[in-house]
Amino acid sequence: MTERPDYKAFPDQRGHFGQFGGRFVSETLMAALDELETMYRRLKDDPQFQADFDYDLAHYVGRPSPLYLAERWSEQLGGARVWLKREDLNHTGAHKVNNTIGQALLARHMGKKRVIAETGAGQHGVASATVAARLGLECHVFMGEEDIRRQRLNVYRMKLLGAEVIPVTSGSRTLKDAMNEAMRDWVTNVDDTFYIIGTVAGPHPYPMLVRDFQSVIGREAREQSLKQAGKLPDALVACVGGGSNAIGLFHPFLEDEGVAMYGVEAAGDGVDTGRHAAPLNAGRPGVLHGNRTYLMEDENGQIIETHSVSAGLDYPGVGPEHSWLKDIGRVNYVAADDQEALAAFRELTRVEGIMPALESAHALAYARKLAPTMGADQNLIVNLSGRGDKDILTVADIDGIEF
Amino acid sequence: MSRIQACFEQLNTDGRKALIPFITAGDPNRDVTVPVMHAMVAAGADIIELGVPFSDPMADGPVIQKACERALEAGTSLHDVLAMVTEFRRQNEDTPVVLMGYLNPVEAMGYETFADACVSAGVDGVLLVDLPPEECEQVVPRFRQRGVDLIFLVAPTTTDERIRRIGEAASGYLYYVSLKGVTGAASLNVEEVAARVETIRNLAQLPIGVGFGIKDAASAQAVSRVADGVVVGSALVNQIAANAGQTDAIAPAVSAVLAEMRSAMDE
Repeated sequence: MTERPDYKAFPDQRGHFGQFGGRFVSETLMAALDELETMYRRLKDDPQFQADFDYDLAHYVGRPSPLYLAERWSEQLGGARVWLKREDLNHTGAHKVNNTIGQALLARHMGKKRVIAETGAGQHGVASATVAARLGLECHVFMGEEDIRRQRLNVYRMKLLGAEVIPVTSGSRTLKDAMNEAMRDWVTNVDDTFYIIGTVAGPHPYPMLVRDFQSVIGREAREQSLKQAGKLPDALVACVGGGSNAIGLFHPFLEDEGVAMYGVEAAGDGVDTGRHAAPLNAGRPGVLHGNRTYLMEDENGQIIETHSVSAGLDYPGVGPEHSWLKDIGRVNYVAADDQEALAAFRELTRVEGIMPALESAHALAYARKLAPTMGADQNLIVNLSGRGDKDILTVADIDGIEF
Repeated sequence: MSRIQACFEQLNTDGRKALIPFITAGDPNRDVTVPVMHAMVAAGADIIELGVPFSDPMADGPVIQKACERALEAGTSLHDVLAMVTEFRRQNEDTPVVLMGYLNPVEAMGYETFADACVSAGVDGVLLVDLPPEECEQVVPRFRQRGVDLIFLVAPTTTDERIRRIGEAASGYLYYVSLKGVTGAASLNVEEVAARVETIRNLAQLPIGVGFGIKDAASAQAVSRVADGVVVGSALVNQIAANAGQTDAIAPAVSAVLAEMRSAMDE
């Protein structure tokens, strides 16, 4: 890195992070994206909109989420003091709700009566169904058939919340196919429908606005670290599927040069097996779902199937800002495989009494390796992006237990 | 003059409208496509749109999604599609061929390589569904230098300002998407289409093809009264799907649908 970029200046006016990002969609959606961008740029500096957002985060989501020092786990790992940013304690059990609160406010300002969402693990679907219930909006959630099977508890939660869950049977029947189907719905119902994208991918302005809504995580963590640890952390670790919890944690720290950052992708069976979901580790730049970013694709530019024990990380792309942060060297992107994530899931549950989501367990798995390489006076923050209740059936399956 | 431009000028002289069939290349296998292209020309096609299969066809409905799946299952790559056009050109030097698809396979091949390959295969135009004019500065000059037309979509939601901009980036013709939705969706409203086509004519100086929602001879005829060309895709791909098990039946089935449309348009 020759010169430190002005991180706040990205994306540029047309939604680019260097060569990444942009707005690659069919013509029918261009007007809707223009309208959304105009509305968002107007509202984001509107004190009333910010006040409404902050109020909901405090009183409905339960923010700020604690920054918890995992003393026993830190001691066991022997090295840095490990802190957990407790997004698992948010209403609905994950960081996803920070963003759906924000986008639902946008939908209301734009007078849309119907919202749609895609979901992988179901956390974003639940968070969308939740805000839709609260605002009395019609909600349709697209979910791959494979994910419906492995996340059936969340499917039922969405139904109880009044959302309709639409099974997606095309392609690999996971998150990417759910996103294709949500785009198809949006193009058909663009006049009355707001598409709540759950991650920092998709066409501009989504990567920007989802990042802005999720940045509450990093703003709080920065303040809490200064207060509780007396200084900034030495390292941040977060899992990366599309990358919304990671960008939310990282973004407010980007200018703090002493803070190292690690985004942890899903290595599935292992990055060298080809059966994984780690485009930043083993992919190359291409265009999918409206933006240019690192992708998992074959030599002909066809998107290939991903593999991860965690439905929320099972995605062949990644948010364009992560691709840029990788290329400029600001964030290190590493990977943890299924076995490492499961081991971390079990360990945190037993040692700290906190059951993490399998997605977050990937971040924990890397923290397990990183902490022992650091000094006892150093601090490491792991984003505990969600709780693990939804994954109990998956883990029970692996353990050979049937209910 | 490009083949596409020459085609529209000739049609204009003859007082006819362009019939523009779309099929996905390599569906259901790689041997079927070129014979079907020749059959479509014999049945009255003026321009052929050849779909490049993609794993994630976000703008397409179930009919063309399944066509992509069959073509990819058969191993069809962008290289194969270009090879099909080369083969088609051995017997047909006049009918314009447009490749239609998504950006990523082209990115994977590289713009420069792809543009060269289009020229040597005899491809006349390229339509990349997820490449709007805002993102195409790198692409337009490469195609323009080589005389390959870059065709863009105009939608019911496109503002007048964008139509002007699209008109400047595009050449060959404009593809007006007749409805909000994916390919093969509900029926179009001819009066609405007529009004929009009129608006587009006043803002851009290119022939206008209309597609999405054209199912049969009656809708092809109605659209041909207001537009310069009629694009028909899912109705043909349905015939391919229905005959995927007996590929000899594909060309006659596709030709029958097209021939009906042709005669209705020429009435």
